[in-house]
Amino acid sequence: MKGAIVVKVDRCQGCKTCELACAVEHAKSQRLESAIHETPPPASRVSVEQGDGFAVPLQCRQCEDAPCVAVCPTQALHRTDPELPVLIDHDQCVGCHACVLACPFGVIRMDRHARAIIKCDQCYERVERGELPACVEACPVRALEFKSLDQVAREKRGAYLLQIERATDGT
Amino acid sequence: MTTTSESMEKQSADPVAREVLKKAQDAGMETAYSRHADQEPRCGFGNLGLCCRICDMGPCRINPFPGEGPRRGVCGATAETIAARHLIRQVAAGVAAHSDHGHDVVKTLRLAAQGKAQGYSIKDPQRLLDLAKEWGVKTEGREIADVAIEMADAALREFNNQEGEIRYPALRAPEATVKNWRERGILPVGVEHEIVETLHRTHEGVDADYVNLIMHGLRTSMGDGWAGAMLATDFGDILFGSPKPVRSQVNLGVLKADEVNIVVHGHEPTLSEMVVAASRDKELLDLAASKGAKGILVGGICCTANEILMRQGAPVVGNFLHQELALATGAVDVMLVDVQCIMPALVEHAEKFHTKVITTSKKARIPGAEHIPFDEAQAYDIARRIVRTAIENFPNRRVVDIPAGKTDLVAGFTVQNTFQHLGGRYRSTFRPLNDGIISGRLRGVAAVIGCNTVKKTQDDSHLKMVKELLANDVLVVMTGCAATACAKAGLLQPEAAEKWAGAGLREICEAVGIPPVLHLGSCVDNSRILVALCEMIKEGGLGDKLSDLPIAGAAPEAMCEKAIAIGFYCVASGAYVNYSPAMRVLGSPVLTRFLTEDIEAIVGGKFNFEDDPIKAAHLMMAHMDKKRAALKLRPLMYAASFLTDGKDAPTAAPETAARAERPDPGPAQPARGCAGKRS
Repeated sequence: MKGAIVVKVDRCQGCKTCELACAVEHAKSQRLESAIHETPPPASRVSVEQGDGFAVPLQCRQCEDAPCVAVCPTQALHRTDPELPVLIDHDQCVGCHACVLACPFGVIRMDRHARAIIKCDQCYERVERGELPACVEACPVRALEFKSLDQVAREKRGAYLLQIERATDGT
Repeated sequence: MTTTSESMEKQSADPVAREVLKKAQDAGMETAYSRHADQEPRCGFGNLGLCCRICDMGPCRINPFPGEGPRRGVCGATAETIAARHLIRQVAAGVAAHSDHGHDVVKTLRLAAQGKAQGYSIKDPQRLLDLAKEWGVKTEGREIADVAIEMADAALREFNNQEGEIRYPALRAPEATVKNWRERGILPVGVEHEIVETLHRTHEGVDADYVNLIMHGLRTSMGDGWAGAMLATDFGDILFGSPKPVRSQVNLGVLKADEVNIVVHGHEPTLSEMVVAASRDKELLDLAASKGAKGILVGGICCTANEILMRQGAPVVGNFLHQELALATGAVDVMLVDVQCIMPALVEHAEKFHTKVITTSKKARIPGAEHIPFDEAQAYDIARRIVRTAIENFPNRRVVDIPAGKTDLVAGFTVQNTFQHLGGRYRSTFRPLNDGIISGRLRGVAAVIGCNTVKKTQDDSHLKMVKELLANDVLVVMTGCAATACAKAGLLQPEAAEKWAGAGLREICEAVGIPPVLHLGSCVDNSRILVALCEMIKEGGLGDKLSDLPIAGAAPEAMCEKAIAIGFYCVASGAYVNYSPAMRVLGSPVLTRFLTEDIEAIVGGKFNFEDDPIKAAHLMMAHMDKKRAALKLRPLMYAASFLTDGKDAPTAAPETAARAERPDPGPAQPARGCAGKRS
C-alpha cells in the first residue's frame, strides 16, 4: 500500500469536517452546495465516533489479510494490486452483507439510498494524482495524516528513543 | 502562501492592489488573503447554516446529506429552524450596527443644537426645515436650534418606541406598499424593540417556525432601512451638510510621500469631519511644515471614506480589502478608526511600519492600539490632538513605497440633488428618469452595493456585474465599498457612459449630464435609494407599489451582517436581490426555497444567491423585464429582453435556486470512487 490514513486521536475535535469532505469527494458534483441535492445522496466512508472523552474518525484499515475479501462470495471485494487499498466492484456485489458482518471494525456499511456496499477507498484516484485523501486534506487540525507504514514506524521509534533519553536523564 | 501572478489575479481585480499585495506578500507580510488560505478548509456545517451554537446542550449539527446522520438538534430543531434562527440573528446584528451609527449622529445633532458639541454646527438648516415640515414639527417663528432639538428627540424615540410604528414608511412609501406592510405585520414598533424580540425569539426553545422567524427578520430589517439608516442619512445631511456632486480621486496612489497622511477608517462621520477640519488648521499646517511635510492629507477607507468624500471631496484610499495595503505603503502616519469593518490585524502591521493605529470609540478597542476616546464636547480638540500625533509621527517613516495608481471620480449624488440634475434647476423632478424607463431607453435601475470578501476576487464581481448592467441600458446606483470598487476602475466618471453604457443609457447620461453610475454615499445611505424609489412611484407611470418598479439590487461581494440586514430590508421593500456569496442557509433547501421563491408572494421581493456576476446581472435584468411586461411598458428601444419564451426568468444554478424537491440527476448509479473495477 502507498500509505495508511493515520489518526492523531489527541488532536481530533470531533468537527466531522472529514465526513463532509468524504461525501463530497464521492459525489458527482464534487461541491458541497450541490452535492446535498444529488440522488442518491453521497455518503461518507468515514465516521467520527465518540469514545470515552475523545472523538475519533474511523475508516477501513485496509487489512492485509482482509476478512471482507475472504468472505465475499462473488469476489466483488478485492485487492489485485498490493499498492492499492481494498476496493469493491459494484457490478459483482450481490449485497449479501457478509462483509459488513465480517469486518472487525464496523467500517463497511450498506448505503441504503444507493443500495450499495460502501467503504473507504483511500481516495486512490486522488492518491494516484499525487493528492492526499479528501478527509486528510480537509482536517482543519491535522488530526488525519496519510503516510507510509515505514514512516509511521520510524516516527514511533523516534518517540520511543525520546522516552528512553528522558528516563535516563531523569527529566 | 504563493505569490505567483496567477494567485494575485485571483486575489484582486485592482492592478494597484495587486502591485502592493505582491510586494507585501513577498516581504512576508500577512494579509487577509493569507489568513483566508490558513482558514481553509472551512467547516461545511457552518457554511451551510447547519451548526447551532445557541444553547449549551450543543453545538448541534444537522447532516446535510439525506439519510446520513442526525436530522435534528438536541432540542429537536430542524435544519430550517437552525438556519433561520441564526440568519435573523445576523439581520439583528446588522440592523444594530447601522442604527447605533444613526443614533450617534442624531445625538450629536442634539448636542450641537444645545451648543455642547465642540466644532459642530447645523450645516444645512434648510434640510432640517424640510424634514420638520415632513414630520409635522412646527418651524415658524422658532430658532433653528430649538427645532433641531425637538426633531432629535422625536428621532431618538424612533429607536426605543414601544408602541405604534416607525415614522418613515407611512411618510415616504407608496400607499399600496404601506398597506401591504401593515397587513403582513412587518412594520417595526421601534428599532430596538425588534432587535430585542429577535434575540428573544431565537433563544433556546422559542420560535421554531422558519416562516415566522424570517417574517420577523424582515420586520427587524425595516428598522434599519426605514429608520436607523434613514435617520443617519437625513441627520447626517443636516449636521454635516447635504452632499453635492463633487470630483475627487481614489486608490492607494492618493497617499502623498511628502505630506502627513492620515487615513480615517470605519463608518461614522462625526469624528472624521472634525479631523478634516483640523487638517486645515493653520497652526497644525505650520507644525507639519516644521517637520518637513508639505501638507496634511486626510483620506478614507470603507464608509468613513464615503462620508467625507460625499461632503468634503476628500480622497478615497480604498475599500475594505485595502486597509492592510494602505499600511504596506509605509506612508500612513496615523490610521484612525472608529467602528465596523476594522481588522484587528492592523495593529500588528503598524508595528512593522511606523503607523500609529488609534482607536476612538468606546465600543471598539483593539489590543495594542493607542486609544484616544472620542467625546463630542471636545471633538475639535481631540481631532487636533490626533492630527498632531500624525505630524509628530511623520519623521519616523521608514521605507515609503506608494503605488502611482489613482483614478478620478465624481460622487455626491442624493435624492435631493438628483432631482435638480434630472429636471434642471428650475424644474426639479424625477420625470426624465421615469420617461426614460417608460420609453424603453432605460431598462430600469439597479443598486449594486456592499463589501469586498476574500472569498471572491476583490472588486471583480462588482465590475463585471456593473459593466453588464450598463451595457444593457440599466442605470446603476451604488454605495459603500461597491462604489469604491467601481470608482477605482473609472466607472464613476461621466466619460464612462461613452465607454460602457448601452445606447439608451448613454442618451440619458448625455442629456442630463450624469455618469452612468451614481455614487450615493456610505452604506447607511442605501436609505437614499429607498427614497428615490418612492419618488419614482410618486412621479407616476411605473405602478403603485415599490415592487412594481423595474429595479433590482445586488451585493455581489458581501461579507458582513450589515449586508444581510440591507438585503432583508430591500426584499421587504419589494426588490429582487442577488446576494453572493450565499447566506448560510443552503443546508436547508426548504428555507432556501422560501427566501428565493415563496417570499415574493408576501412582500414582492425575493433573494437569489447566484455567485457568477454576469449570470446574476442577467437574472436581475430578467426580473426588470418581467416588471416592465407587467406594467405594459413599451419594448426596449435598443437593448434585448432577457425574458425567455414561456419562462419568467433564466434558472439559477440548482444549489442556489435550491428547490425543496431535489432535481433528478438521472438514473441511480453507484457513487464514484470506491467502485474499482477488477481487471
